[in-house]
Amino acid sequence: MTLVVELDTVSKHYAQVTALDSVNLQLQAGEVMGLFGHNGAGKTTIMKLILGVTPACSGVLRVFGMDPLSSQAFASRKKIGYLPENVSFYDHLTGLQVLNYFANLKSVPKTMVLQLLEQVGLTHAKHRTVKTYSKGMRQRLGLAQAFLGEPKLLLLDEPTIGLDPIATQEFYQSVDKLKSDGASIILCSHILPGTEQHIDKAMIMSCGQPLAHGSLINLRQQAQLPITIHTLGLGEAMLKDDLLRPYVVKPNILMVPEQHKMSVIKCLTRYDNLTDIHIEPAGLGQLYEYYLASGQDSINQSKQGAKS
Amino acid sequence: MKLIWAVATKEFQDGLRNRWLISTTLIFAVLSMGLSYYGTVTSGQVGTASLSSTIASLSSLAVFLIPLIALLLAYDSFVGEQESGTLLLLLSYPITHRQLLLGKFLGQGAIISLATCLGFGSAAVWLALQENAQQVMLTFGLFIISSILLGLIFISIAYLISLSVSEKSKAAGLALLTWFFFVLVFDLALLAMLVGIEDGVTQTSLVQLMMFNPTDLFRLVNLSNLDTSDINGVLAVAIHSSLSWTTLIGFMVLWILLPLAGSLFILKGKTL
Repeated sequence: MTLVVELDTVSKHYAQVTALDSVNLQLQAGEVMGLFGHNGAGKTTIMKLILGVTPACSGVLRVFGMDPLSSQAFASRKKIGYLPENVSFYDHLTGLQVLNYFANLKSVPKTMVLQLLEQVGLTHAKHRTVKTYSKGMRQRLGLAQAFLGEPKLLLLDEPTIGLDPIATQEFYQSVDKLKSDGASIILCSHILPGTEQHIDKAMIMSCGQPLAHGSLINLRQQAQLPITIHTLGLGEAMLKDDLLRPYVVKPNILMVPEQHKMSVIKCLTRYDNLTDIHIEPAGLGQLYEYYLASGQDSINQSKQGAKS
Repeated sequence: MKLIWAVATKEFQDGLRNRWLISTTLIFAVLSMGLSYYGTVTSGQVGTASLSSTIASLSSLAVFLIPLIALLLAYDSFVGEQESGTLLLLLSYPITHRQLLLGKFLGQGAIISLATCLGFGSAAVWLALQENAQQVMLTFGLFIISSILLGLIFISIAYLISLSVSEKSKAAGLALLTWFFFVLVFDLALLAMLVGIEDGVTQTSLVQLMMFNPTDLFRLVNLSNLDTSDINGVLAVAIHSSLSWTTLIGFMVLWILLPLAGSLFILKGKTL
């Protein structure tokens, strides 16, 4: 495994705000990382640093083993694809012209442009100007742009915003394909459902500080979030059961800690009138909320500590 | 080089698509044809005016128009892309700041150069058919070259403006102010100095001051070759100076290069 992106205690300050505060991050080849956080949490700043658009204030930053601002790293920019968050492409150009322009700048052959337009489903609209495009179509054009030249590292800022469910699914299929070709991907998002099957690890950020970083399995274990079990057909019976009663939160819904999962399920299956059961592990959304809340607590604590 | 070419082609095609090339060419052509034919109307006759008076009136109109057109063409080159987010994207591409700047300059410079050549060139051809062709071509040649330089100067000044602000509307305002300053205020200030301060400004120092205004350089290049009877004002004084037109052209080239270098410096340090 080779490290594609490496951030070691990287900080970035702007005139008034600290955008990033000693962030550590490692991304291997073929890994997909989700970067989650509120607006202004520092997600876009991380991307800009990796792209070599802006320098870090302190810390060591390596992309493909090189400082992204160095001249040696210049050649490796061809291997990086980037989808900015709010990009409105040249409105007066057609989709094909826009993509051809970016392909020229990346020295990508024209045949690939048509192929990518096909892949994102814009072939029918390629001769229309971008200003007639819907939000979703613009986003797809942006994605095609990011996929130019078979990138080995993809940085996608809110990639699925404005996409309909089918297009979102197609997008994740493209992500999975690029991943199996060995590309590393960083996905920035506030939309959490649907991303978890496609990412290997996650980083949750708040105010420039990473609150949690690691594989999803590790994050789940650390958080110890309860599992939600939906049952059908039991009715009041669960409330009468001593084993089940503490976990009932709503009629037909139980919240069970990980370690009691099996015993609760065994108990449930003893009931003959149980018609259906649905087990849901803590989702990314719950993990996100959990880490955000605990992160806030620790920040508050350190502030209080500083006061006293 | 390939990347500079790619950017330049795109900018040039934008100029074609926005009708910048065609409208600028038309303006220049109508202006120069009209002035060379109707330039004598004020003296009570219609017919081809003398070459020197044509060039004199043409250059005093061009000095207003060319800077305005160049500033309008280029003021949003960078700030516009910054607002739409494509500048950030471009900077993440394997293209250097220098290549991006030069590409834009080449593309937009080509628009203004071509419009100048076609627009004023058409009048030159028309005049040449009726008068001493060689003399017309020489005088107009210098006029067209200096017009192109003037356009390029204001494109590079527009880049400086475009890169030093973060909003398109601010860039537009600043471009207008720049135009107003170089085309009107500067000369008025010079005149005021000449009149107001007795023995304050010598003729040589006046000409030296004029080097700080590209539009004055343009006027000097064109008028120094002509019959001075058609010219009055501050320029009449300056024209008797001993500066050759090659020196003046040299100064104009410097006026292109310095703002471009400044733009490159700002672009390199730009945080997005």
